[in-house]
Amino acid sequence: MEAAPEITQEVIKRHALSTRLWHWTNAFVATILLMSGLMIFNAHPRLYWGDFGSREDYAWLQIDDTRTTGFVRIGSASVETTGVLGLSLDANDNVRRMAFPSWATITTGYDLGAARRWHFAFAWVFALGLTAFMLMSLVNGHIRKDLHVRRAEWNPRALWRDIKNHARLRFGDDHGAGHYNIMQKFSYIGVIFILLPLLILTGITMSPAMNTAWPWLLDVFGGRQSARSLHFIAAALMALFVVVHLIMVLLSGPINGIRSMIAGRHVATPKPDKAGDLA
Amino acid sequence: MTGNRKLLRRRDLLRGATLGSGALILGGCDAMNENATFRSALRVAEKLNQATHRTLADRASLAPEFALSDISPVFKTNGSLTGTSTDYLAHLQNNFADWRLRIDGMVANPLDIGLDALRAMPARTQITRHDCVEGWSAIGQWQGTPLRLLLQKAQLSPRAKFIVFHCADNYGARPYYESIDLIDAFHPQTILAWGMNGETLPVKHGAPVRLRVERQLGYKHAKYVMRIEATDDLSKFHGGKGGYWEDVGDYEWYAGI
Repeated sequence: MEAAPEITQEVIKRHALSTRLWHWTNAFVATILLMSGLMIFNAHPRLYWGDFGSREDYAWLQIDDTRTTGFVRIGSASVETTGVLGLSLDANDNVRRMAFPSWATITTGYDLGAARRWHFAFAWVFALGLTAFMLMSLVNGHIRKDLHVRRAEWNPRALWRDIKNHARLRFGDDHGAGHYNIMQKFSYIGVIFILLPLLILTGITMSPAMNTAWPWLLDVFGGRQSARSLHFIAAALMALFVVVHLIMVLLSGPINGIRSMIAGRHVATPKPDKAGDLA
Repeated sequence: MTGNRKLLRRRDLLRGATLGSGALILGGCDAMNENATFRSALRVAEKLNQATHRTLADRASLAPEFALSDISPVFKTNGSLTGTSTDYLAHLQNNFADWRLRIDGMVANPLDIGLDALRAMPARTQITRHDCVEGWSAIGQWQGTPLRLLLQKAQLSPRAKFIVFHCADNYGARPYYESIDLIDAFHPQTILAWGMNGETLPVKHGAPVRLRVERQLGYKHAKYVMRIEATDDLSKFHGGKGGYWEDVGDYEWYAGI
């Protein structure tokens, strides 16, 4: 009798080894890149559009301080952010006039040389990892089988239904059965094929040496300072994705979700009728 | 019950792991940053970046050049705003009339060349983007003498590997200096600029001459250059890392990124 609940559970294979390896490598590497990137941003906390931009020019975004308060300015709109952005306290309660607080940056103190070294070393792992993952996903059918948006899914009513289900924190009948729902597909496709390549390419565009090798990148992104702005925006969207992703994992069954991303197997919950039959 | 408890324990474990890894990242990174082995591991990436750039780009691949209309309205000044040595200040008083650029070290024919003689040599004019390590950029027009012409004139030794630029400014307590390898030294856009935006190079931008090495970041573009020295070993200069910021701020010697 004790074994009965075990029988009703269906164990399905969910994530390929390449997916799992890449996922956890990225979870680590992306965190390092974000935190060292924020430290680099602290060296010049202003963003511009076009080829050039310095303190002498108009910045569309600025995270700065008035010596007593911190603020974020986007265009002509300014918000006070004392304590978090622009001006904050470090671990020893010293006032720190930096865009991002010390708890969010690598290194915690201001060290541009070190932050750059971290960033440019881990960027290799990030770029090579993404390339390997894309190739493996092409070979093992992950893209074709799991990420490919099928014709039926483009149906506006089906799309609307999925949006409503997400709003009600119900993540589709498919969820847990080894299939991604349409909102999941859109966000994964957006991150894997748009956001992550954008981060890598805008990063490369900021290198004056790479500008001589691949000058077309400057034309694609509209100049070095535009590339820097897009790099920052893409990083912010990436951070937003991670937050939403973590919330979704928590809401849709964290144990099962994390287990399937570690061991690859997912335990599907039995349908009520099926459970009834067995009982 | 046992199942639930097991689940709870497992959940605690996961929560612990999540919080733990967060704390590890925050506290651990500073500790790792101080670890010599880890630092030298990260430094491998600098060599990798340089090798990649040199592979992907031609030796003489040019930095993008811009139109007159693209020039920054105000070119931000940075670093030292004047030379500080007594020698320099005397030359400044005298409008650099008796100033001589010294080119020596591993050369067969050491030179002392004045500003007028420098201006009389074939010159290159280029409108380029100056990228600071901090992230900002400014576009300016530079006019100057290609470094390769000077090195040819001085008959650079085949044993020389680096060109060191000794400057007249102290930044903090130390004298500013920089160095580049021969690939960048002989690059067509590598010039000793004495003109900027159609005028004589202003003092705040490095008068009488500053280096332009267009494929690298701003800190390589030494201002107030007084002496150029060819060498095969950077470790004997100052902090030994080949440049002021390399010594003081632990910046990468290769600044192509």
